[in-house]
Amino acid sequence: MSAPLLSVAGVTKKYGAVVALDGVSIDVGAGEFFALLGPSGCGKTTLMRCIAGFETPDGGRLTLKGEDLAGVPPYRRPVNMMFQSYALFPHLNVFENVAFGLRRKGESDGAIRARVGELLDMTQLAPFGARRINELSGGQRQRVALARALAPRPALLLLDEPLGALDRKLREETQFQLKEIQRKTRTSFVIVTHDQDEALALADRVAVMCAGKVEQIAPPADIYEKPATRFVAGFVGETNFIDGVIARDGGAAFVTSFGRLPRAECALADGARATLSVRPERIDISREGEGIAGRVEDFVFRGEYTLLRVRVAPDVVLRVGAYDGRFAIGDDVKLTIAPDTGVLFAEAA
Amino acid sequence: MNRSANLARIATLVAGFVFLYAPIAILAAMSFNASRLVSVWGGFSTRWYAALFENELLIASAKISLAAAALSATIATFLGLLAAIALARFGAFRSRMLFFGAIHAPLVLPEVVLGLALLSCFVALGVGRGFATLVIGHVTLTMCFTTVALLSALRGCDPTLEEAAMDLGATPLQAFALVALPQIAPAAASAFLLAFTLSLDDLVIASFATGPGATTLPMRIYSQVRLGVSPQINAISTLLLGFVALALGGSALVMQAARRRGL
Amino acid sequence: MTGRRRLSLGERLTLAIPYLWIAAFFLAPMLLIAKISISHSVLARPPYEPRFHLSDSLAEMWVKARTLTFENYRALVSDSLYFDAYVSSLWIAAVATLATLLVAYPFALAMARSPREWRPFLIGAAAAPFWTSFLIRVYAWIALLKDEGLINNALMALGLVHAPLEMFATTGAVIVGIVYSYLPFMLLPIYAALEGQDPSLREAAADLGASPIDVFLRVTLPLSREGVIAGALLVFIPAVGEFVIPDLLGGSDTLMIGRTLWNDFFANHDWPAASAAAIALVSILLVPLLLWERARLREEEGRR
Repeated sequence: MSAPLLSVAGVTKKYGAVVALDGVSIDVGAGEFFALLGPSGCGKTTLMRCIAGFETPDGGRLTLKGEDLAGVPPYRRPVNMMFQSYALFPHLNVFENVAFGLRRKGESDGAIRARVGELLDMTQLAPFGARRINELSGGQRQRVALARALAPRPALLLLDEPLGALDRKLREETQFQLKEIQRKTRTSFVIVTHDQDEALALADRVAVMCAGKVEQIAPPADIYEKPATRFVAGFVGETNFIDGVIARDGGAAFVTSFGRLPRAECALADGARATLSVRPERIDISREGEGIAGRVEDFVFRGEYTLLRVRVAPDVVLRVGAYDGRFAIGDDVKLTIAPDTGVLFAEAA
Repeated sequence: MNRSANLARIATLVAGFVFLYAPIAILAAMSFNASRLVSVWGGFSTRWYAALFENELLIASAKISLAAAALSATIATFLGLLAAIALARFGAFRSRMLFFGAIHAPLVLPEVVLGLALLSCFVALGVGRGFATLVIGHVTLTMCFTTVALLSALRGCDPTLEEAAMDLGATPLQAFALVALPQIAPAAASAFLLAFTLSLDDLVIASFATGPGATTLPMRIYSQVRLGVSPQINAISTLLLGFVALALGGSALVMQAARRRGL
Repeated sequence: MTGRRRLSLGERLTLAIPYLWIAAFFLAPMLLIAKISISHSVLARPPYEPRFHLSDSLAEMWVKARTLTFENYRALVSDSLYFDAYVSSLWIAAVATLATLLVAYPFALAMARSPREWRPFLIGAAAAPFWTSFLIRVYAWIALLKDEGLINNALMALGLVHAPLEMFATTGAVIVGIVYSYLPFMLLPIYAALEGQDPSLREAAADLGASPIDVFLRVTLPLSREGVIAGALLVFIPAVGEFVIPDLLGGSDTLMIGRTLWNDFFANHDWPAASAAAIALVSILLVPLLLWERARLREEEGRR
């Protein structure tokens, strides 16, 4: 793989006693769509502001295109940011907002007009050039913010919760538009978000963060199917955490309070305590046959599927996704967890 | 709101506005009274306005007042902007408390005390009092008001807008000039207007700070008023009221236009 | 922002310009006044001694300094004129503040309960007289209050009185003048406090059985306390030191410290006495201000 466009190496940042970033290392390639995903307080916003130049790391290195960013102020970095609140200039119209970065660079009027026109076309804002900001809808404002940030041709674009303020329908449309624009401009995008749907839908690779540390960096499918840590498994998507003990006699198996689950492969030692993470849609459910016995306690209809709460033991309730068949409260059911589904996490020492 | 409460509310409003506006309305009416006496209506006449234009002393003092107001308001708005920037953006710099206190103190002190202090200062330094010291006195007084007005406007500025500007390549100074200043422009205009009005209207500080040859309009009016009601004073008062009403109306229109543009 | 930081050159320049101005034309003069207040009154220009010069040697300065005195402050307390003037000023200002409150509160309440679209216009119209000349507004009352003025003429024409009421050149006239001139200062903070109140609080009180009067006394009024206090301070403090209103509307027996100060300075040329009175006045006024600031800070801490 060629040298990464952005290299974050061991970056730390403290605010008094609070550690916001604890040795974070991330690489973003040229033309990549990258996501920083995590709950509020995990440090993703701090990292973003360090990359943009509004915060200075206490330790570690930030390198862009091979050059160290230390001491470089935000107005001299080839990094632009799309702010969560859009931060559009109210006293300038759409054209002047988008042209702002180009004017600071001192480009000629002709060049500015051409470039702004190009971006307005790309974001479908061509007829709105003369409009004032307060005359625009939320979705239009977001597109102006995007156009403005892309106009100076940055090497890297940071997007702070880009879809947060949009309603559901608009969000889906905008997701496609964002991906298309990223591909067309071949700019590296880094979105910072707490919304996993956003991250999984848009990014080529996702970095999941928690409490100032990076838990996992992987493509969305791997994040979802093969979470590296308990935190990632719990944070992304829904899952069941089942406690138990590994037993190796003949084959590997996971012994829980409600039964013995054969496992296909397992790296853990015999007798090790562990937690199995299984997503609801991966648990098979039927009315009769082999499997773990359980009783339906409750359900939530979700349209595409029904989420059932099935009690399998006095202290264990599993969440199961049922895609066909109707189940009522009180039904006796049989659950099956295939030996190769789910991820085993060793209990912390 | 039920009917009787609504009636009480409207009655209170009417009573309040009558109280506020009746005296000046009566004054305006009296300025068109041909008779010199307040108690007698001698018919509609503009003779007092005509007499005004021949009253050289009054006209001269009006010119002095307007010039002093324009000059002192400009300086005070400029100083107020600098002081507001320092107080809003520079953090806890050394002797901030003293600066803050010195800026806010003239707002609460009686004007006679301020005037006394200024006059003593000018005399002790041997500085001849005149138009310059008048402007200095007015700037010192009104600067406090403009600082407070601009400080509140600066604090209401959205810092992410300036961050966005810097992100797009503007230096911190450029970001301030291109993004923050336009945002506080309406407040600056209103601060200027406030300083102008305060200067135009001021009697006490002017009496202490000015010298012969730079008598202001309020000083002239005051010396005449001590002798009693005068119809020429009624006339110039009405003119001043009209002038202020126009300025207020004008500034309200400007604010509305700015609001429509989204500022 | 926490902690002190060093300022850049540009920042220092930005600070220096207004700082130098306020130091030269406010701080230094106030120090001068303090120094004059402990000097002697003499027949000279300027009418006080000692006068320090830059050319004085240290020994000369020391000799001059030893002639400084607190006699002027002693006179403040012993001289009944000053003492009476202070007490009278505080008293008149207090009564006037109360009167202003009684006029302003219902007015502000009526505005705050008006339809939303009307409110900016109403408050603008109420604040507009503030922009016109203070002097002219006080002057307008002369025409109204004099024996041959409009109010007396109207009363006599209506047959309500047979001889003119003595309204002009009285303490009452001064109070009316203060109420009229300072009304916007009381009106605006109270209006802001009332307008910002959540109407659902009143609805909740009514829902729980409170009559309209109860709602006002137990919900609206207590919640508007901060606005009332702010307005009261904005009126009381300047009113104590007022000069124009007592001079134009007051009688010879209306004692107010602003007038006494002015006379001492311009008529009697007793600068040290006037300076001492000024310093004392400032000290008296600072007390309620500092108390208010301390109470406000404490409330903010408690809220956090």
